[in-house]
Amino acid sequence: MRNPFVMQCGEFHVNYRQDMAIWKIARVRWRIFFIVLCFAAFPMLATDYIVGLATLCGIAAIGAIGLNILTGFTGQISIGVGAFLGVGGYTSAILTTKLGLSFWLAAPFAGLVTAIVGALFGIPSLRLKGLYLAIATLAAQVIILFVISRWDSVTGGTAGLVLNRPTIGSFVFMSEKSYYYLTFVILLLTTIFSLNLFRTRVGRAFIAVRDRDIAAEVIGIDLFKYKVLAFFVSSFFVGVAGALLGHYTMIVSPELYSISVSIEYLAMILVGGLGSIFGSIYGAAFITLMPVVLREVVNLLSGTFPGLEGILVGMKEVVFGLIIILFLVYEPEGLDKIWRNIKDYFRLWPFSY
Amino acid sequence: MGILQVKNLSLRFGGVVALDNVSFEVKEGEIFSLIGPNGAGKTSMLNCISGLYKPSDGEILFKGASITRLKPHRRTVLGIARAFQNIELFPHLSVLDNLMLGRHVRMKTGLLAGGLYWGKAQKEEVEHRRKVEEVIDFLELEHVRNVPVGTLSYGLQKRVEVGRALALEPELLLLDEPMAGMNNEEKEDMARYIIDIHEEKKTTIILIEHDMGVVMDLSNHIAVLDFGKLIAYGTPQEIQTNPRVIEAYLGEEHAV
Repeated sequence: MRNPFVMQCGEFHVNYRQDMAIWKIARVRWRIFFIVLCFAAFPMLATDYIVGLATLCGIAAIGAIGLNILTGFTGQISIGVGAFLGVGGYTSAILTTKLGLSFWLAAPFAGLVTAIVGALFGIPSLRLKGLYLAIATLAAQVIILFVISRWDSVTGGTAGLVLNRPTIGSFVFMSEKSYYYLTFVILLLTTIFSLNLFRTRVGRAFIAVRDRDIAAEVIGIDLFKYKVLAFFVSSFFVGVAGALLGHYTMIVSPELYSISVSIEYLAMILVGGLGSIFGSIYGAAFITLMPVVLREVVNLLSGTFPGLEGILVGMKEVVFGLIIILFLVYEPEGLDKIWRNIKDYFRLWPFSY
Repeated sequence: MGILQVKNLSLRFGGVVALDNVSFEVKEGEIFSLIGPNGAGKTSMLNCISGLYKPSDGEILFKGASITRLKPHRRTVLGIARAFQNIELFPHLSVLDNLMLGRHVRMKTGLLAGGLYWGKAQKEEVEHRRKVEEVIDFLELEHVRNVPVGTLSYGLQKRVEVGRALALEPELLLLDEPMAGMNNEEKEDMARYIIDIHEEKKTTIILIEHDMGVVMDLSNHIAVLDFGKLIAYGTPQEIQTNPRVIEAYLGEEHAV
């Protein structure tokens, strides 16, 4: 019997275009198509609660891809994602509620504003590297949150703002399902854009800056331009994610964008895999769903061990930390690498030699 | 007039004088070697030419125009490419991507076009892929095309390093010890590649190398640095018989 996992056999590329495709093998393309189809069809079968969780995962994935472009691909650590999400959310909130713009204009505009703010805070990256840059982006986090919570006349101060769901004509994206599809389409576009980006000139330059900045400079990459550009693109996606999140929860307030959110996003790309687009999606789903799964487990066990709930309530942070440490020790390249290992194993299965 | 002129170049780090009033000229289409004992300032010289160091004094002219104040990436656009002594490849990228990066300044695709990968961007990628394949063919790297560079052997990495510089289609190629740490066979291969580059592509080459046999065989002209000073300049025959060069390499009592 033919090994069902062997796909490379008899695949010949006769021109460079075929060889440079993202998915070179027809069967893999069909598989991807099928997976996308599954995700498109799944709200039909799931409850609203599950669809809502999936929506949150999707929004987080857009933000995580954004952060991964900056931290995973360009090597510039940022602890300011939380605040950048806030910039996106607030921009969209202000534009839709105070200026009456539609979501379809406000969301890209929110991305653009966040991108510009991000690029601005990215300027120190020319001089600062590694931990020092991390501290500089921490400053962005603090400054932006300070502005948001004090600029009462525009941002509503600590009370925040209330948003509406987007509409097309008379249709409102009120149901969980409709918002899921909105997120799904934007995530799809984000993923395709990022995948393309990293097989062309600008994306390659980002990776060059990460791997060897001196060599990158000598082969003709303007370090300053590309670092700021990385902040720009990354913040654009984070801003769009922020806008989506704002319109989904229908409220923006400063405590939703605290530093712990930044850390959570960093954890997503660490667990998912630095420098991997799909890793960002896996990581986003993992970190978003972890507390939910944890709660379910506690609920399940509390019947048999009544005292357990009290102890496990505070366990979320502990498990969170533990998982990150385990990933750093055992698989620093994250879920994406684990998935690739599994695929590689089956490529030679059942004779793994 | 030479393609590259270095005029009264000095480079100081605090009290340390790395280069002291060095002047020389590289003629178009020649192989020009920079030699000298360890710490003589050869790599510092290349760093000044490629723009990583800012000289304290003096001037560098490329094709008659001063490049002394230009940033490194601007010099690359003019056609100066460099292969580093300590391999400075992008280890996680494949050989192909490393070479494509070498063509960075020859390409135009911007952020949006790249992300959409539509029409022009796609055509450009394919077009430059063809050019890169020529380099791969030239340096015989076909079998490792898709392998991440970090996993290659030292000798192959050195070759990719040269390939990346070559992918730029440079007018001036700076090679910093391309044969360091290689065995004889690999050295011969590399020497053959350098001669081929010189003859087929008419590229001007500045070579730093410690293997005197190679230097004497390949070079049209040689400049000798010692403690940051230019102590000799000439053809290989002239350099071999120059008493100051012998003194610098072997010590005073051997000097005739």
